[in-house]
Amino acid sequence: MKYINQPVRKKDAMQLVQGKPLFLDDLARPDSLIVKVLRSPHANALIKEIKTDKALKIPGIEAIFTYHDVPEHRFTLAGQTYPEPSPYDRQILDRHVRFVGDPVAIIAGETEECVNKALKLIKVKYKVLPALLDFHAAKDNEILVHPEENWRSLCPVGADNKRNLCASETDSHGDVDQILSECDVVVDQVYHTKANQQAMMEPFGTACYIDAYGRLNIFSSTQIVFHVRRIIANALGIPKSKIRVTKPRIGGGFGAKQTAVSEVYPAFVTWKTGKPSKMIFTREESQIASSPRHEMEMHVRVGAMNNGKIRAIDVYTLSNTGAYGEHGPTTVGLSGHKSIPLYRDLDAYRFAYDVVYTNVMSAGAYRGYGATQGIFAVESAVNELATKLHMDPVKLREMNMVRQGDIMPAYYGETANSCALDRCLARAKEMIEWDKKYPYQDLGNGKVRSVGMALAMQGSGISSVDVGSATIKLNDDGIYTLLFGSADMGTGCDTTLSQIAAECLNCDLEDITVLAADTDSSPYDSGSYASSTAYVTGKAVELACTKLIKRFKKFAAPLLGRDYKDLEFDGKRVYYPETDESISLMDIATKSMCGNEQALEVTVSHSSPVSPPPFMVGMAEIELDKETGTYELIDYVAVVDSGTPLNPNLVRVQTEGGLAQGIGMAMTENIQYSEKGVLSNNSFMQYKIPSRLDVGTIRVELESSYEQTGPFGAKSIGEIVINTPSPAIAHAVANATGVWVRELPITSEKIAMGMLEQEASK
Amino acid sequence: MILSTILNGKPIKEEIAPDLLLIDFVRSHGCYSVKRGCETSNCGLCTVFMNEKPVLSCSMLAARANGARIDTLEGLQKEAEEFGAFIADQGAEQCGFCNPGTIMNAIALFRENPDPTDEEIKEYLSGNLCRCSGYEGQLRGIKAFLAYKKEGSK
Repeated sequence: MKYINQPVRKKDAMQLVQGKPLFLDDLARPDSLIVKVLRSPHANALIKEIKTDKALKIPGIEAIFTYHDVPEHRFTLAGQTYPEPSPYDRQILDRHVRFVGDPVAIIAGETEECVNKALKLIKVKYKVLPALLDFHAAKDNEILVHPEENWRSLCPVGADNKRNLCASETDSHGDVDQILSECDVVVDQVYHTKANQQAMMEPFGTACYIDAYGRLNIFSSTQIVFHVRRIIANALGIPKSKIRVTKPRIGGGFGAKQTAVSEVYPAFVTWKTGKPSKMIFTREESQIASSPRHEMEMHVRVGAMNNGKIRAIDVYTLSNTGAYGEHGPTTVGLSGHKSIPLYRDLDAYRFAYDVVYTNVMSAGAYRGYGATQGIFAVESAVNELATKLHMDPVKLREMNMVRQGDIMPAYYGETANSCALDRCLARAKEMIEWDKKYPYQDLGNGKVRSVGMALAMQGSGISSVDVGSATIKLNDDGIYTLLFGSADMGTGCDTTLSQIAAECLNCDLEDITVLAADTDSSPYDSGSYASSTAYVTGKAVELACTKLIKRFKKFAAPLLGRDYKDLEFDGKRVYYPETDESISLMDIATKSMCGNEQALEVTVSHSSPVSPPPFMVGMAEIELDKETGTYELIDYVAVVDSGTPLNPNLVRVQTEGGLAQGIGMAMTENIQYSEKGVLSNNSFMQYKIPSRLDVGTIRVELESSYEQTGPFGAKSIGEIVINTPSPAIAHAVANATGVWVRELPITSEKIAMGMLEQEASK
Repeated sequence: MILSTILNGKPIKEEIAPDLLLIDFVRSHGCYSVKRGCETSNCGLCTVFMNEKPVLSCSMLAARANGARIDTLEGLQKEAEEFGAFIADQGAEQCGFCNPGTIMNAIALFRENPDPTDEEIKEYLSGNLCRCSGYEGQLRGIKAFLAYKKEGSK
């Protein structure tokens, strides 16, 4: 293949490495009003009085808006297909503030300086209410996070605002309690993951202006242009025809920008004032008032026979959606549906969950989207099971893991038609020298080296929901424009989707120009999330190119005096193979621009009834000091099956990057609230993401399967890669010390305390 | 107060507010490669050279650049292109937002230590955070660039 499975450079790479002005704050109009919000200092309060008169007198202040000025209806900021499963529980500004950081007023002014001054002069009197900060106590608590009557849930997800429930459901197969009672060994434990921040390097940001037609143009660092159009229309109560959404280069997303975190405020300012505006979040705002991972606590029971046969898995997840319900009802589903199916032939499983409101920052979408949490729990439990069975955890996996051709009842009954998990496991084991290193080696100086492992899966798009579309058109000289609505957020989809087009059309990659993620010109796309772009939109590109070639043949048929079915296209010309009579693509392009009635342009929309899982194995090696519990990650090995890697370089870097993010989640990234609901980890000083000294050596190999329904056999890669580090590192720590750390992050303090308890109980 | 400095080789003399940060000064002069990723000097995205030494422009008053020479990636385009191509060949630029700061510091490293070990590279660049790449691809790119430079100097 000329372009598929080739490590080509990203089309935007050279501009990026030279630091060209391509990001939101580089491109926002210099005359933009600066927009900031005043944030609540209380976790739960009602605004009794708000005075803006003094602040409005500051020179340069254009406008200040409070809850008196905004529409009263509710909406969601979640970027999801309509009708959104996330409840309509937000107003642009609300009299009732529900977490420390909830917006109280919007201020717009000519300079940052005057806006900062005005922020301090707004006087607010609050009626402070008791706050609901413990998510265990949330369900049916007398404190209601959303007592209001106009709260709305559009989908049957088991939501009930009068019970603090954002969602609730049970799914099961067989009699779990009966089967577990028959098992020789049962692991019964609770695992807890935190509300980690995506911490993309570019904070949230949006710029707005009114165009020549009087329409609101929203230029934003977003993964979801089409959803933002709906969200803003809902929020402002204006027609979608009045809104256009586009994006510049995005400085990282990881799901954070699948929620309209920053768009609403400048959009409201520009719509009200008619003036251009921009809002760029500080890092502190990005940490305290954004869209992090849902904190989850998972109660897992795994039962097996003495021979190692796993017979039943029971998962109950309690998920904390915080003050608002963005992505609450959907993330939780993956904690069971993308962890339990890693194991085949279960006699029974049960997966139940509650998603609750509390008075902390609302959660959102973060790479892995619930699967990360569930896989930490289930893979930890299976590792604990191996220890109880005195069995090598690799062998336990070899006996029980999902294999190609298996039907996966807990994964909506889908079949694993492409699955190289067995090969991934064999290779990872070889790479890290598992048999030599498991479970640990005593270095004789108080330190031990140990290894740990985990399996993972994810999906490729949301089956029968996600839509990817592509328009491909021929221009002068036989060059092409490729249009689609998905958002390249650094992942390189502008390039990989072009690779698919160039492969299909047999042209140079340089002959494909990309125009993406513009609600006015792009064909519809759900957006870049749920690991959908390569698999769903990629397939749309392939289908569109195939259709365009057919159109070339039909165009050439009368010119060559042949039936179009007898013609061939080789990228440069359409020809009749028997006589080699031909017409060049250049001539077709030229003729299409004179006296022509056939558009040499095709649009295809695609949606997939299945969501084929990529699979992966991760193995960690650590060195741990048994005196202090301090440990270092020495080596991380991962082998991934993402189907055909469309661009092996980008698949590799996605994997390495996701692993590093997962390593941060496992080892250092903590979320701590004070008794009053104030988040301590509000900067990169307090929220420690890994530097290049913290990740050890990351080694990645690709072990491909071929997914029939994907473009050129491809499945997804973006999300699965964050799922293995937490369980694999927890496992390595347990192998070194006997201590199972079941709450992230796995700090030396928790390990040391665990070892002390172990000593005491001996 | 009056600030007199040389920005990317061009002399500038202008009235500035005493609390103006260096990052805001250079960005106001079109040096958009200089990014703000945090406000706590943790991320390295705002790295510029002051008298050829890398400094964090978000944590320095513009006034301190008085009489100094300031260079940003805008003034180092040839080096950025030459070295950046090796990062691009790994796909390790990813979103690109941290690239300018990292590349500035990498250039500083190469000037200071043309033949660094892996550990020296990691230590020198440890203040440059990246959330996309996991750092391995950047390391491969840096090593490929150093090998190319070595080959060229033979």
